Amino acid sequence: MAAIAVFLIAEAIPALQANNSSFLTELLWTPNNTPPVFGIGALAFGTIMSSALALAMAMPVAVGVALFISHYAPRKIAGALGYVVDLLAAVPSVVYGLWGVIFLVPFMQGPSEFLNEYLGWFPLFSGDPVVGRSMLTAAIVLAIMILPIIAAISREVFLQVPRMNEEAALALGATRWEMIKMAVLPFGRPGVMSAAMLGLGRAMGETIAVALIFPATFGITFGILGPNGNSIAANIALGFAEAGEVGRGALIASGLVLFIITLVVNMAARMIIARRSGASA
Amino acid sequence: MAKQIQVSGLDAYYGAHKAIADISMTIEPRSVTAFIGPSGCGKSTFLRTLNRMHEVIPGARVEGKVMLDSDDLYGPGVDPVSVRRTIGMVFQRPNPFPTMSIYENVAAGLRLNGRISKSKTDEVVEQSLRGANLWNEVKDRLNKPGAGLSGGQQQRLCIARCIAVKPQVLLMDEPCSALDPISTLAIEDLITELKDEFTIVIVTHNMQQAARVSDRTAFFNLAAQGQPGRLVEMDETSAMFTNPSEKATEDYITGRFG
Ligand SMILES: Nc1ncnc2c1ncn2[C@@H]1O[C@H](COP(=O)(O)OP(=O)(O)O)[C@@H](O)[C@H]1O
Ligand SMILES: [Mg+2]
Repeated sequence: MAAIAVFLIAEAIPALQANNSSFLTELLWTPNNTPPVFGIGALAFGTIMSSALALAMAMPVAVGVALFISHYAPRKIAGALGYVVDLLAAVPSVVYGLWGVIFLVPFMQGPSEFLNEYLGWFPLFSGDPVVGRSMLTAAIVLAIMILPIIAAISREVFLQVPRMNEEAALALGATRWEMIKMAVLPFGRPGVMSAAMLGLGRAMGETIAVALIFPATFGITFGILGPNGNSIAANIALGFAEAGEVGRGALIASGLVLFIITLVVNMAARMIIARRSGASA
Repeated sequence: MAKQIQVSGLDAYYGAHKAIADISMTIEPRSVTAFIGPSGCGKSTFLRTLNRMHEVIPGARVEGKVMLDSDDLYGPGVDPVSVRRTIGMVFQRPNPFPTMSIYENVAAGLRLNGRISKSKTDEVVEQSLRGANLWNEVKDRLNKPGAGLSGGQQQRLCIARCIAVKPQVLLMDEPCSALDPISTLAIEDLITELKDEFTIVIVTHNMQQAARVSDRTAFFNLAAQGQPGRLVEMDETSAMFTNPSEKATEDYITGRFG
């Protein structure tokens, strides 16, 4: 692990030294020009934006599906659904990417225009023009991609709630939903948070699915319906083959940034989980 | 605050397996009724039919009639959730909510009935903890987790949680079987105090306990493994222990089986 890190850092340093701009704040990515100019700004923004959106869309659905399987569906249906979820979790991401390009990109044109027209006052839905190949579409593909894994883990967590805690709630006169709020969700929270972090990590690291969809622009735009979007991983996938020496070093540097972001997000999540359980202790 | 329970011709099933058959009895208000009998004879099953907890197990069902004063608990249109709010239950293993503090555990049931003010909640929490003889031990650490208490304290916490919603009846399924003798005594004292306010039913494996705390005792038995459990007899506890009318009861009480 350390050897890999040292090797990558060694590869990245010459490129960073050759850079004619600030790596952390520059938006453009032209490491193969002379002089080379590149920065992580737009790419890091796109990575975080697309993954955060994906997580926000996937979480409620995933937790709902997990609760349905663990506590609502009759046993047979629960078994079948659980199997389908596990199966979906194993689908290679390129399949989701292709589905995104072929089906979702054209399909999203209409709904995006609708959002823009009626909710355009909201910064996320503002902007002109509105296209199908957008940040939103990429985020939806990511959301669908991470949904099964979050749902599968959450379901396992919910199934582990001790029967006696559920019975305690029911015996107090809780309805099924009240029982879930009283006994299942609090017990499952740390596990669901871990599932969310795993999903977020996957979304941030996802390469091929988003590389197919992102228009690969280099800017920071909050409107998610326009022809904008890129991510660190997608940029590496698209740029590595034709990169020169500086270009490769630059891409490696961006990969290290992705690694750091993932690390920071994970540590933050761990701290939140620890603080939550610490507060009640 | 306490009501009579009248059971007639009650059968309970787990899927196709009939666990108890044809049970009829009257449980008097403001008294303690003990259920005794060998393991597997259906004491827990019967107890759980009294507050409709039996049916939360997949495939489990009940036939027969249970009346709480004049209310038919299994009548058409009766919501099991409201039955459980009227008839509370304490389990064999203490089961406080592990993520909640002592205070939150006691308040958990209150909040099901809609919003109530902080001061009202404080009041009921204190009242219930006092009622469960636990207040003095926990009043300085109400915000600590309930799971941090000793087993006996946890069980009294569960009793406090149960009486906080002011039920008519308290059902207790071997509430002391996981506790040490001192905690057991504390719970027995508590039961004796609580019977002024509630109708109490307690399942116990411990003959002395039944003799100490109960006013009436019901003895259950099964004819053979795989057969449904039945009520053998029910009488004043003093009569049951000194002069049972059935041979099986005598054998069980004197420790010849079970
Ligand atoms: N959850 C369950 N599913 C299926 N059968 C059960 C379940 N609980 C109890 N039984 C069966 O019902 C019968 C009575 O059990 P129980 O009521 O627990 O007896 P007791 O409390 O007197 O020991 C036993 O034969 C037992 O195997
Ligand atoms: Mg039992």
